Amino acid sequence: MEGEGIVELFGKVNIDWLGKKWYFLGFSLIFSVAGIIAMSLTYAKTGSPVPLGVDFRGGTEVQITFAAAPDVNQVRQAIDAAGIKDAKIVGYDAPEKHELLVSLPEQTDATVDTGRKQIQDALTNSYNNKIVSLSVQAVGPTVGKQLEKQAGLATLYSLVGMLIYLWFRFELIYGVAAVVAVFHDTLITVGFFALTKQEISLTVIAAILTLVGYSMNDTIVVFDRIRENLRLTRKEVLTEVVNRSINQTLSRTVLTSGLTFLTVLALYLFGGEVLHGFSFALVVGILIGTYSSIAVAAPMLVAYQDWRGAKGKTAVLPAAKRTKK
Amino acid sequence: MKKNLRNKIALIFGILLVFLYGTFFGFDAPKFGESLNKQLTEHIHLGLDLRGGAHLILQVVVKDAINAETDNTAARIQQDFQTAKLTLSNVLKPNPDAPQTIQVTGTDPAKSTEVRDELTTRFGTEYDVHSGSDNSWTLTIKPTVLAELESKAVDQSIETIRDRVDKLGVSEPVIQKYGLGENQILVELPGIDNLDQVKDIIQSTSRLEVHEVASNSAAGFATEAEALASVNGVLPPDEVMLHGDSQGSTTDNADHIFIVKRVSIVGGKDFRDASAIGANDMGRQGVNFVLTNAGGERFYDYTSTHVGSYMAITLGDRVKNVAVIKSAIRDQGQIEGQFSKDQIDALSFTLRTGALPATIIPIEQRTVGASLGADSIRQGVIAAIVGMVAVMAFMLFYYRGSGINADLALILNLVILLGFMGFSHATLTLPGIAGVILTIGMGVDSNVLIFERIREELRAGKGSAQSVEQGFAHAWITIVDTHVTTIVSAAILFIFGTGPVKGFATTLVFGLLANLFTAVFVSRVIFDSHLENKTVGAKLSI
Repeated sequence: MEGEGIVELFGKVNIDWLGKKWYFLGFSLIFSVAGIIAMSLTYAKTGSPVPLGVDFRGGTEVQITFAAAPDVNQVRQAIDAAGIKDAKIVGYDAPEKHELLVSLPEQTDATVDTGRKQIQDALTNSYNNKIVSLSVQAVGPTVGKQLEKQAGLATLYSLVGMLIYLWFRFELIYGVAAVVAVFHDTLITVGFFALTKQEISLTVIAAILTLVGYSMNDTIVVFDRIRENLRLTRKEVLTEVVNRSINQTLSRTVLTSGLTFLTVLALYLFGGEVLHGFSFALVVGILIGTYSSIAVAAPMLVAYQDWRGAKGKTAVLPAAKRTKK
Repeated sequence: MKKNLRNKIALIFGILLVFLYGTFFGFDAPKFGESLNKQLTEHIHLGLDLRGGAHLILQVVVKDAINAETDNTAARIQQDFQTAKLTLSNVLKPNPDAPQTIQVTGTDPAKSTEVRDELTTRFGTEYDVHSGSDNSWTLTIKPTVLAELESKAVDQSIETIRDRVDKLGVSEPVIQKYGLGENQILVELPGIDNLDQVKDIIQSTSRLEVHEVASNSAAGFATEAEALASVNGVLPPDEVMLHGDSQGSTTDNADHIFIVKRVSIVGGKDFRDASAIGANDMGRQGVNFVLTNAGGERFYDYTSTHVGSYMAITLGDRVKNVAVIKSAIRDQGQIEGQFSKDQIDALSFTLRTGALPATIIPIEQRTVGASLGADSIRQGVIAAIVGMVAVMAFMLFYYRGSGINADLALILNLVILLGFMGFSHATLTLPGIAGVILTIGMGVDSNVLIFERIREELRAGKGSAQSVEQGFAHAWITIVDTHVTTIVSAAILFIFGTGPVKGFATTLVFGLLANLFTAVFVSRVIFDSHLENKTVGAKLSI
């Protein structure tokens, strides 16, 4: 080997990935089921499978920064005194920032404005802790539903676009396997949101769609190598080819995911509260996305091939027929 | 080829300079008097979430505009019939939820052909004319004309709002159509964090109208029940009940109910201006109003034939004043009492900047305080720097000499990304900063791909130059594949996303495009120049 002193994570790796597919399936199942249970519970309680940000559920959110540490009870009294019912008051961000978040449930379109005004007036009039700054989000039901529809369409088009592109570049089966892997990633990521009771806003959807692209990336790298190796050999069984391809790309896969994960972790730790949901989605998604290329997409490829072989159909992917072990 | 290589290096430096220029100056010439910081933010706009400001989505109630249009047509029908000496008993709009339909009742059965001719020649281009039972005729606005009216209402609202916002002196406001055809307007006002003051000015419709009073009295009724009783419990379709201030000697503050004709005599755009007349002793003032020429003509026609009857002056569907028509009025008149100075100022302002053609309702509003915006910028930039340093350090550690290659490409990547944004006047939002951070991570992915392949080739025993060539050749396809898929997601996000999300999609796409260039071309050139300069047989530091 030319260079000495090379730092190498994975020299000559020879792990039988496909042999471990049942472990992987179990792992995925545990997380998927946990996610689904969390989502059902949230659905039963709030009518939606994940906690929705104000973008989608509508309502008013006022984020207030005070000059001195606010007393939540005093604030609540001030708001009650102004006749505002159903206000939810929680602390926001680190305690030394003196920030509170006051939320009101959904209004009608015509009253989107009044809730905000009432809160603002109530606090400036009867509460003498100076307000340093105020941020408001007030979303009426019309816009909320529009955003839901847009988010749904964007996700759908993304997936379809990917599928078509993969169909052109590879065979259809690759596309389907990749989409299944992506679906698995999205399910687990969203499940995590339900589990940790974090809200999904429009920026979180943006993060999830980015993940879709990123997970595809990973899967494509492995598929590219599989395709290249299949071209080179006709003697090996598909399982062996796939295993070898994964081992060859392992270094690269772990490294790039690791590097992207580093940057996303920096965002999660230092990027501030506003992007919190966004960076959380990316942190979870990148880990799961890398895992799924190896543990979900590749086995699916082989499984489909075996299924076709068992049914007596010709192999879609060129490789030696599966020999009995 | 040494010369070829030198050209490539020159090209890269040239691109570096061009995009550095673009970041600060865009396509304009540099202004030597201003600070670099200021010029930077002139070309790369900061989104509301970073600058602080107000964001409003307004729903234009296009029904109002259609109502106004059909009111206008109804008045014209009456006039035309008079000139053409045709009789009719009433022109009304039978369904308040469908303001695009006008009904003409009580025409002379003997003259039905003339009536049809009259209606079709004068209104046939915009309306579908149908005859109905009982000598009545229905005119419905054609669907294409309807769509045009709605779109015009939105466009006009945008212009009017823009006028008003300009007069407020907001810098760089954004006022544009929003959404996919639901008649909504987006208004973004950087630097404004007091929404109330702004909304009142933007929203005020101040629709001033004059209606004929149906009952022959000026006092109005105390309750709606009484009002209904006066018409035997059923309100005729061409009349409407409005609330209003009490009139005359009873100056209590209670609401009174008036019954007026639904179709106004003059209203909205017919008014040109309003000004105050001297204050009375209660600090309330009268208003002097001025009509446009066309409006004045119509008003004259009406008032000259209705001396002695009552007319109600309404402001935003509330009766302000009921007056008796003493003589014909052309284009100037007075409304007495009941206005505060603020109301008159607002009224005059809106009449001069043009009235809004329809009511607008805010259906979404967000404000970001300026300090929150500054916080976000700080946090975003810190995260970006931390991420970048971590990645660069790792590349140096893991790939040694070639790590420098990757780091240089990364820096160039960022310069090109910022240059793209400066050239295209893109808006940087907080998710946009996150997009830059993501680009750092994903960009270095391409380098890893190539370097790993080079290592593999070296491991297989090939020479340095050949390994580099093979590495780039094999990795190229995969790089294109991965970039295209992510760009496709980003493009979809751009189409369907709102402001901050659009900002994210923009930086992501620009970053990936820049990366396609730096990872493949620039990295290769750096390798080639290194290979040219190193001694034969020396090892490649990777």
